[in-house]
Formats: sequence, structure tokens, C-alpha cells
Amino acid sequence: MSAAEPLITARDLVKRFGDFTAVAGIDVDVHAGEAFGFLGPNGAGKSSTMRMIGCVSAPSGGTLRILGMDPVRDGSAIRARLGVCPQQDSLDPELTVRENLTVYARYFGISRKVARQRADELIEFVQLTERAGDTVEPLSGGMKRRLTIARALVNDPAIVLLDEPTTGLDPQARHLVWERLFQLKQRGVTLVLTTHYMDEAEQLCDRLVVMDGGKIVAEGSPRQLIDRYSTREVVELRFSEATLDSYVGKLESIGERLELLPDRILLYADDGDAAVAAVGNRDLRPSSVLVRRSTLEDVFLHLTGRTLVD
Amino acid sequence: MAHPAYAVFEHQLVSYRRVWRGSVLSSFLLPVLFLLAMGLSVGGYVDRTGGLGVRYLDFIAPGLLASTALQVAASESTWPVYSGFHWHRMYHSMRATPVRVADMVRGHIAYVLLRVALSALGFLIVMALFGTLHSWWAPLALPVSLLVGLATAAPIFAFSALVKTEGMFAVLFRFAVVPMTLFAGVFFPVDSLPLAARALAYVSPLWHGVELTRAATLGTASAWGAWAHVGYLVAWCVAGYLLATYRFGRRLAE
Repeated sequence: MSAAEPLITARDLVKRFGDFTAVAGIDVDVHAGEAFGFLGPNGAGKSSTMRMIGCVSAPSGGTLRILGMDPVRDGSAIRARLGVCPQQDSLDPELTVRENLTVYARYFGISRKVARQRADELIEFVQLTERAGDTVEPLSGGMKRRLTIARALVNDPAIVLLDEPTTGLDPQARHLVWERLFQLKQRGVTLVLTTHYMDEAEQLCDRLVVMDGGKIVAEGSPRQLIDRYSTREVVELRFSEATLDSYVGKLESIGERLELLPDRILLYADDGDAAVAAVGNRDLRPSSVLVRRSTLEDVFLHLTGRTLVD
Repeated sequence: MAHPAYAVFEHQLVSYRRVWRGSVLSSFLLPVLFLLAMGLSVGGYVDRTGGLGVRYLDFIAPGLLASTALQVAASESTWPVYSGFHWHRMYHSMRATPVRVADMVRGHIAYVLLRVALSALGFLIVMALFGTLHSWWAPLALPVSLLVGLATAAPIFAFSALVKTEGMFAVLFRFAVVPMTLFAGVFFPVDSLPLAARALAYVSPLWHGVELTRAATLGTASAWGAWAHVGYLVAWCVAGYLLATYRFGRRLAE
């Protein structure tokens, strides 16, 4: 991590909407060249935090510095150096792919000539060259999202903010977006993203915080979080009987921790195969057994609970 | 470096480039139809009574010009503005750039005024062809149309930023735009209205625009004196602009 001043510094940052506290005092540092993630269920305060960093909504308390400036006083100057890929598309569907980029570049005071050049480069980068002259309306969700990412890069930003960049995309489209974001990371662009996809966080983030109920409940690299809050492996057991409760006692002390789900039981163990063997030794006959690597998902669910948040 | 408000204006121009032919055509076609149907046909009956002192065609043409400015301004300031917040989310995308709220309002209103100007110009040319321009002051009808356009577009921008459903536009048209068009002196002098209705006409920006336009094309005096009408319209422009900027800021802060 560089010794230079972080690009983003938040201390005890709070966002309130009336009586509702969306962000309840968080501390965050994002350094140059880093890919930083906010992970959390819906309503955890990720998007509110992103909107404060994007200088769109003013903090209700605490301090926030972005690129060494104050987001309330210097909002316009900060936004000039940010690239924002919002959760909801805000492309102009009546304009062409290229026009969407050139028009947007003009908002940053970029000359028409440079805007056209940059648009062509970015269209190539997000693999939309063949659709450059088409209007945006009929493009697929994945294409629109790639165009939105290209648009966020039009001002050659110091920080790119991505709010759930792959939500709603099919697997192919998602992988293409990840590839492009990974390339940006390779180029040294600082990425700040929110997601509730664990695989996305594992793929892209150098460091992340898990948010729940407006607070940060864990912080670290994906590897560190898995080491700290989960085991190396997870065994998923399914049984043909409808009620799994009776197995909880029988499985006791196998692995480090057990979790009962409606349809399966999870055993957290450093050696999955040894745990499976132990299950067999107790004469239990699961209908299916799956040993897998522990993922951020296990960390995430462990930390934020399995309650469904709509 | 171009002003951010100009970049907002430019965005609208890029969109307009796709539809300008149709819109220019209709800005000639509509006045022709109106002047034929209302001015000449209805006028044929009205002129028999001789109560107006001028041909009905000459009376109604400047009124229709002012009301066209209102119609164009209203339709360009309702759904397109609402869309900028709710559908295409254009304003949200601008919010992530150095463009400020005041730039959005100014840039977009400037485009609405361009549309008003093009329609008013088309209308004036058609009026000239129908022989309804009777004064050297007539070209002033163009800046008056812009003033009417701004006096209505600015408050409607605020309205469109305020409302939460597009259904509210039906309310706006039913209770403001249509009554104004019918009762603000476009089709008949407001003197013939009962006092209460006349008061409403006086409040509406359109009546002042109609008075000024009619004074310009007929070379007659307006009801309250030109500067009083201009001043009243400017008041709508200023109040509307301030309100629109405030409402835009509120909507985008959510």
C-alpha cells in the first residue's frame, strides 16, 4: 500500500434520511491503484456511501475527503476527475453509441475533436465497434452496461465508481464486464465498486469492506476475510429426509462449525474430505455430498445473516 | 472551454438533429391549417358582425402565434424534463459530471427556446404570406414569443421536476394550458368575459403575450402599455427559473 495520501478518506461518515440512518459512521481509506469493494446486502448503505463519494449527496455527519478536496464545497471539481457507472442505466437511448460518449465528454469540457477520438478508443475497449453508429435503445443489457462503463472513462478519471456493475447481466455479459474492469485495474485505474456478488468481489477487489445495517462489519482482502470468518473448505450435505434438525446433533464436533439451512447442512472444515469421512464413520448416509472451497459468500452470510432483505 | 450549460444545450441539439425536418415542416403546416380553418372560415362569419374593428384573420393570427409559443414551450418542458429524472435519467447522468444544477436548467431551457423560436419564425412567415402583418413592428413578435416561451417553460420546468407521476401533466394541460389558450384573448377579446374570468386572463402569462404580439403585428397599442406586459412576463421568467433550479436540486438530491 502506498504511503501517499489516500484518494478517498472517510471518518465516521454518516448519511441520514429523516429518521432513517443509511450509513451509520464508517471509516474508509481507498488508495491509488487499488480496487476497493463495498459488499453487502440490499439496504446495507453501499449505494448511499457511493452517492456521497460521487458528490451527489451531502454527508450528514463525519468527514469525507476525495482527491484531497471537500465533496460539498468542491463537488464540481471532484466530479471532473471521477468516472461514475451508476446502478441504473442513464444512457440516452435515442442517440447512437458514439454520440452518447461524445455528448457526455462535452460535459467535462472536452473539445469535440478529442471527444471523438476518445469515443472511438473507448468503443473499441468495450467491444462495441460494430454498433458504434447504432442507437442505444435496442442494445442488450450487457452492451448498455459496457457503454456506461466506457462513458465513465471518457474524462480519463482518477477514480472510477461502479455501483453494482454486473447486476442483472447474464453470465457471458458479466464475464466480459469483469474482463474490462480487470484490464482497467491492470492499467492502474483506481476502482471503487459495490456488489452483492461474492464472486465479483473475489475476482476484482484487492480490498473490501462488508457492510450491514449501515456499518462496516468486516474489512480486508478477500483471502483475509475467508481466513478470518470461514474455514478453508465447506462440505454441503443433503439428506433425503425432510427434517434435517435431527442431524444437527449427530454431526456435532465434525469440522469447526455447522450451519443448518432449509435444504442442506453446511459443515465448515479445513479439511473437507476428512469431514466427509467422519460423517461416514457415524453411519450417516447423506443423499449428496459436495466439498468446495470456502468463498466470500460464506463469509458474507456468516457476517450478515441469512435473513432475506428485499 | 465551452460552458457546461452549453454542453447541455448541445446534447439536445444532437437529439434534435434526428427529427428537425419533421418539426420544421409542422411549424409551417400547423399555422397554415389554423389560419385557414379559424382565420378564414370562422372569420367569414365573424367578420359579418364587424364587431372587432379588424378582420378576424388579422385578430386571431397574432393570438395563435403567442399560443403556439406557449404550446411548444409547454410540451417541450413537460415529458422531456420528466424523462430526464425518471425515464432516460439524463439529469442524473449529468449530475455525475462537473455540470451544475443551474447549468442543466439553463442549457435545457435554451433548447426549448430554440424550438419556440423556430416555430414562431415559421408562424410569422406564414402570417406574412396570409397578409396579416400590418406594421413594421411585426418582427418584434419573435422576441415576444421567446418571452412567452420562457415565462411558461421556466415554471413548467419546476412543475415537471416536482411531480411524481406523468399523470400530473394531464392536469397541467387541462387546468392551465387549455384554459389559457381558450380564455386569454387568443380567439376573442377578454373584454367580453365576466370580470372574474377576465382577472384570470390577466394573471396568465399568455394574455400578456397575446396583447404584445397583436400590438406588434397590427401596429396598435396594447391594453396596459407594452412595458407593463413585458415586465409581467419577465417576472414569470425570473420566478420560474429560480423555482426550477430549486426543484431540480431537490429532485436530484434524493
